[in-house]
Amino acid sequence: MDRSPDVVIVGAGIVGAAAAHVLTAEGLAVDVVDRGAPASGVTGAGMGHIVVMDDSPAQLQLTAYSRRLLDELAPELSASCELSRCGTLWIASGEAELEAVEAKQGAYAEAGIASEVLDGDDVARLEPELRRPLFGALRVPGDTVVYPPGLARWFLDRAVERGARLHLGTEIDSLGPREVRAGTTTISAGAVVNAAGPWSGRLSPGLPVTPRKGHLLITGRYSGFCRHQLVELGYLASAHDLSQDSVAFNLQPRPTGQIIIGSSRQAAGWDGAIDRSVLQKMVARAVEFVPGLAGLDVVRTWTGFRPATPDKLPLIGPWPDEDGPWILSGHEGLGIATALGTAQILADLMLERRPELDPAPFRAARA
Amino acid sequence: MTEWAASVVVVGAGPAGIAAAIRAEGAGRSVILIDQAQRPGGQIWRHRDRAALPRQARSWLQRLDRSSVRLLTGASVVDAEPSSRLRVDLGGRPLGVRWNDALVLATGSHERFVPFPGWTLPGVVGVGGAQALLKSGMDVAGMEVVLAGSGPLLLPVAATLSRAGANLTLVAEQAPLGRVIRFGAALWRSPSRWLDAARYRAGFLRTPYRTGTWVLRAEGEDRVREVTLTDGDGERTLPCDLLCTGFGLTPASELARLLGCATDGWRVKVDGVQATSEDGVYCAGEACGIAGAEIAILEGEIAGLAAAGDRAGAERLGRRRPPHDRFVAGLAQAFRLREELSALPAGTTLVCRCEDVPLERLRDFGSTREAKLHTRAGMGPCQGRICQPALQHFFGWGIDSVRPPLFPTSLSVLAAPEEDESPPPPTSIT
Repeated sequence: MDRSPDVVIVGAGIVGAAAAHVLTAEGLAVDVVDRGAPASGVTGAGMGHIVVMDDSPAQLQLTAYSRRLLDELAPELSASCELSRCGTLWIASGEAELEAVEAKQGAYAEAGIASEVLDGDDVARLEPELRRPLFGALRVPGDTVVYPPGLARWFLDRAVERGARLHLGTEIDSLGPREVRAGTTTISAGAVVNAAGPWSGRLSPGLPVTPRKGHLLITGRYSGFCRHQLVELGYLASAHDLSQDSVAFNLQPRPTGQIIIGSSRQAAGWDGAIDRSVLQKMVARAVEFVPGLAGLDVVRTWTGFRPATPDKLPLIGPWPDEDGPWILSGHEGLGIATALGTAQILADLMLERRPELDPAPFRAARA
Repeated sequence: MTEWAASVVVVGAGPAGIAAAIRAEGAGRSVILIDQAQRPGGQIWRHRDRAALPRQARSWLQRLDRSSVRLLTGASVVDAEPSSRLRVDLGGRPLGVRWNDALVLATGSHERFVPFPGWTLPGVVGVGGAQALLKSGMDVAGMEVVLAGSGPLLLPVAATLSRAGANLTLVAEQAPLGRVIRFGAALWRSPSRWLDAARYRAGFLRTPYRTGTWVLRAEGEDRVREVTLTDGDGERTLPCDLLCTGFGLTPASELARLLGCATDGWRVKVDGVQATSEDGVYCAGEACGIAGAEIAILEGEIAGLAAAGDRAGAERLGRRRPPHDRFVAGLAQAFRLREELSALPAGTTLVCRCEDVPLERLRDFGSTREAKLHTRAGMGPCQGRICQPALQHFFGWGIDSVRPPLFPTSLSVLAAPEEDESPPPPTSIT
């Protein structure tokens, strides 16, 4: 190594890539190390829904902040990021859920996020393929969709333009507060960031990040079949409960006309095989919400491992104490949605500035 | 989901699958034989009129008719579930097919395409595809046809085209004459192959067969109008209404790989009785190496006996097998693609035709998976069957993993739960 960078980031997924983008924009010299290719782990398996979520006040703040930061970048993004302004419809499954729709709108309004309560007729007009009867939905017009590997690569390309160096295909054996080791090579740096997603716990043993398996599938091309990202209101409950396997309806129209369908959550260790029973339930759930899906062709299915934390919030900061390496991990299913916000908080903390959001709920050492 | 079960389930009703099914049935087992096509026979014995088939094919098909093998046609195997069960798309409806003792994979091979400028124009087809179209009645009478590519498959297709009245102006084999002659000379031990070759060649006597000649490009506005070939020295442009290209075959090992069977490249690894690395799973025919119908039949018979538990019988039959590994290797060596074919395409030549990915967008990547993530190459409805071998050819990249569905299938097929007492779908099960 002919230079010692200010920061070495382990992990070229969306989170590490966003961090490289933000840190190099601050003028720092950055190296990014990954055992594989950019976005070849969780990022490549993700849906790319840039969504505001309100499971907790901190999550609401972070998702809203991150969405705003990405919106500010939107004019610069390349076509390969496939930014699509489709918005989200949170679908109520019955009269009983309409109260939750109202509550959600209230919470979003407080966070400055525009949303619109729709009745069943409105929903039917916007998305005629949804099953009847329809009770209502919350429309969040500002939510977007990206192609995660495209966005990760765009971040890395910007970082490389500003002098960042990529070490791809480099398996890291261990890391410390000031260096990472790969075989006989050691990279020393002013700071080390562990952004290895679900694998971050392997490099920082004891870090409370566990893999939470998910399944997705993609259809052939059916342009115009639906217009919004469609999510059942019960999704939040599914995402919230860490104790059991669950499936929830979540559907995304891609700019190609393809449709990505999810979702499932399982604590299944590192077994990445397609779980037929979960896949079957997930597909049946989707067909229940959108009966017309039954006749569409599925082209592929896949799984991925969300990096989950016990309190469903990411870890941003040094760990296990103020002298430890930096952690940027634990984003669960919101890595694409919150990569920019978490990268910005990381940069502010590293540069000893006051972040726009209170970083306390995300402090890595809380865990 | 309705479920059918048998002692032995055979996937693929080409020569290997038919032979396996009949041998297993002959050994007293209940057998289900599954195929995507509406009729048994596979690609090589594809037919409208059975009388037009060679005697050997007719004989096997008759044996199949007379057997108690339950034939499931128009059926795509979309998944192999861990519980010894296949999920089958039967005309858009789900069907479970369980094997109680053994599964025989006789999934055949895919045509191998090597992209060149213009290969995606209408009127440019694979030789296997052309053969299939001709057998299902496509009219080529009076068309200007050029056949270019590599391997023994060019000969029967040339003969069929000629017989169908096409104006076949050239058959171009990319391999140099020396290699083709050495391969031909080595065939003297297999007179039947030599006779086949001679008979096919006699079928297109008026057309020149040029070795060491390959396609540079196909051109035309709306469809192919002319094709330019070279022998390395000069170029030659021929008018062309139909360009048939084929660069050999790739073993169709997707189902085997989904089941976890060990492979060597695209080939499924098998032992002396066609057993794969997975318990109770056998493989026969081109999925374990491209060697033609004769070998496929024999391998099918061996696999069928072994699947039925008659290991001694399978071994006995195995001893009759010629040293065909040498043939497989000789074939691959004789018709290996020349370097010029790797250097061929312009950057704008599409490699993945499902997702419209040109070669120039692929050069920067280091693996199939990386290219796939960033360009979607291989993510279309062909699921990489066409472009993955091409990527391997151009960049030396490895083979990507296999996941369900093995073929595009409707959500309703995947949504059907395992346990379901719905009435059986209308089937062609006999």
